[in-house]
Amino acid sequence: MKLFLKVWKQEGPEDEGHFESHVLDGVSEDSSFLEMLDQLNEQLLGEGKEPIAFDHDCREGICGTCSLNINGYAHGPENSTTTCQLHMRKFEDGDSITVEPFRAKAFPVVKDLVVNRSAFDKIIQAGGFITVRTGSAPDGNAMPVPKEDADLAMDAAQCIGCGACVASCKNASAMLFTSAKAGHLNMLPQGQAEKDSRVLNMVAAMDEAGFGNCRNYGECSAACPKDISLDYIAKLNRDYGKAKIKKVFS
Amino acid sequence: MNQSSLLKKYLMALTGIVLVGFVLVHMAGNLQVLIGREAINAYAYALQNLPAPILWGSRLFLLVCVLVHAVTAYQLIKENRMARPRANEIEVTKRAGWASLRMGLTGSLMLAFIVFHLLHFTIRAIFPEYNDMKTTVGSPDGSEIHDVYSMILAGFQVDAISIFYVICMFLLCRHLAHGVSSMFQTLGFRSERWRGKLDLAAFAYGWIIFAGFSIIPVLVIAQKYGLVNCLETCGSSCSVNL
Repeated sequence: MKLFLKVWKQEGPEDEGHFESHVLDGVSEDSSFLEMLDQLNEQLLGEGKEPIAFDHDCREGICGTCSLNINGYAHGPENSTTTCQLHMRKFEDGDSITVEPFRAKAFPVVKDLVVNRSAFDKIIQAGGFITVRTGSAPDGNAMPVPKEDADLAMDAAQCIGCGACVASCKNASAMLFTSAKAGHLNMLPQGQAEKDSRVLNMVAAMDEAGFGNCRNYGECSAACPKDISLDYIAKLNRDYGKAKIKKVFS
Repeated sequence: MNQSSLLKKYLMALTGIVLVGFVLVHMAGNLQVLIGREAINAYAYALQNLPAPILWGSRLFLLVCVLVHAVTAYQLIKENRMARPRANEIEVTKRAGWASLRMGLTGSLMLAFIVFHLLHFTIRAIFPEYNDMKTTVGSPDGSEIHDVYSMILAGFQVDAISIFYVICMFLLCRHLAHGVSSMFQTLGFRSERWRGKLDLAAFAYGWIIFAGFSIIPVLVIAQKYGLVNCLETCGSSCSVNL
C-alpha cells in the first residue's frame, strides 16, 4: 500500500516543532504501525535524512512504551489496541495519516514523537509503599481476598501507563491513570494501611505535574488500550473524599 | 487557587446539587401559573413574606452557590487550557457528548441568563412598570399585593424575550444532561452498572426542567397569536409596557 504521512518533527523540548510530509510506498498490510514507521525511517536514512524518533519497546502491547496520536486518536482508531498492535490492514491504500506526539504540558516532547512521561513516575512514587511482613514467604491463603475484589484490582492493575488517557482527554487529565494505580492497591487488604495517604499524595503529585481536571467526558476510557473503566475514577473520587474528611477531622 | 483538583470538582458537584434542586422547586412553583392567578400570586406573596432571615438566608446561600460554581468552573477551565499548550492537529471525540464538551459555554450563558432574569422579574429593573401591577387576587387578607400573574403575562408578551427564555432553558437542559450525571461520578457514587441509569435520569431531568419552564412563555405567546385560550386575561395593568 501507498501512504501519505504527515509526521510531527521537533528537534527538542524548546523547539517549536512542525509537520513534515512523507510518501511511503510498498507498505505491507501485515506490518504493524511501528514497522511502517521503521520502513519510513529506512527510507529517510537512504535519502540521507534524519530518521523520526518514536518510542517503542516490547511491541507486544504490554509495556506501555509506544504512544502516538494517529489521525487524532491516541494509539490509533482501533479500540483496546496499542500503537504497536495496530496493523496497517486497518488503513486503506492511498490513506493520509497524521502522526503527532501525545500532547500535554505534563508530557514535554523530547524529540519528534517521543514525549517524557516521567510525570507518571512521580505519581507512582507519591503513592509510596505498602506495609508487608518481610522475611519468610507468607502462607498462600493467610490473607483472604474475595474473588471479585481480586478481579477488580487486577482490572485496574492492567494499566500499562502509556498515557493514552492523558492524550485523549480534552483537558489532558491523568485521572484514569492515577485512579487505576491507586485503585488496584486500595481494593486489596494489602493496600489498606496506607490507603488515605496514598490517595492524597498521588492526587497532589498529579496536580503538581500540571495535568488538567477531569470533566467526566469518558474519552480516556474509550482510548485506553486496556479498557480501564471510569469506575476507578469514581472510586478515586470517593476514596479522596473519605481521606480528606478523615484528615480534616483528625 | 491551591486547592486540589478533586476538591474543586467536589465544590462543583456540591454547589451543582443545590442548584439542581433549586431549579426543580422553582419550576414547580412556576407551574402554579397554570392553576391560575390566585395560586401563583398567593405562592409568590408567601415566598416574598417569609421571615427575613429565611428569605435572605436562602437568597444569599443560592447566590454563594452560583458564584462558587462559576468561579471554580473558571479556575478549572483555565487549568485545563494550560494543561495542553499546543492543541492536537486533529481533534477527534470518541465518547464525549455535545453537552459535556460545552459545559463552559452553556454555563456562561446560564450565568448571563440569571443576571437578566433577576433584573427582569425579581428586581424588575428592566421594566419598572411591573412594580405597579397590583391586585387583591391571591392576597391572604384582601390587601393589595403584587400581581405576579400579570407580570408573567406581560413579561412574555414580547416575542424576543420569550424566545430568549426558551433558548436559555434549552441550554440549561443540556447543562443538566451532563451535570446531573457527572456530579455522581465526581462524588464517587457512580459505577458502570449505574452509569446508563444515571445518564438516562440526567437526560430526563434536563428535558423535564426544559418543558416545565418553557411551557409558560410558549403558552403566553400561543395565546397572544390566538392559538390557545387557556390563560386568564392579563388585566388592565398588563398594557403598561406594551
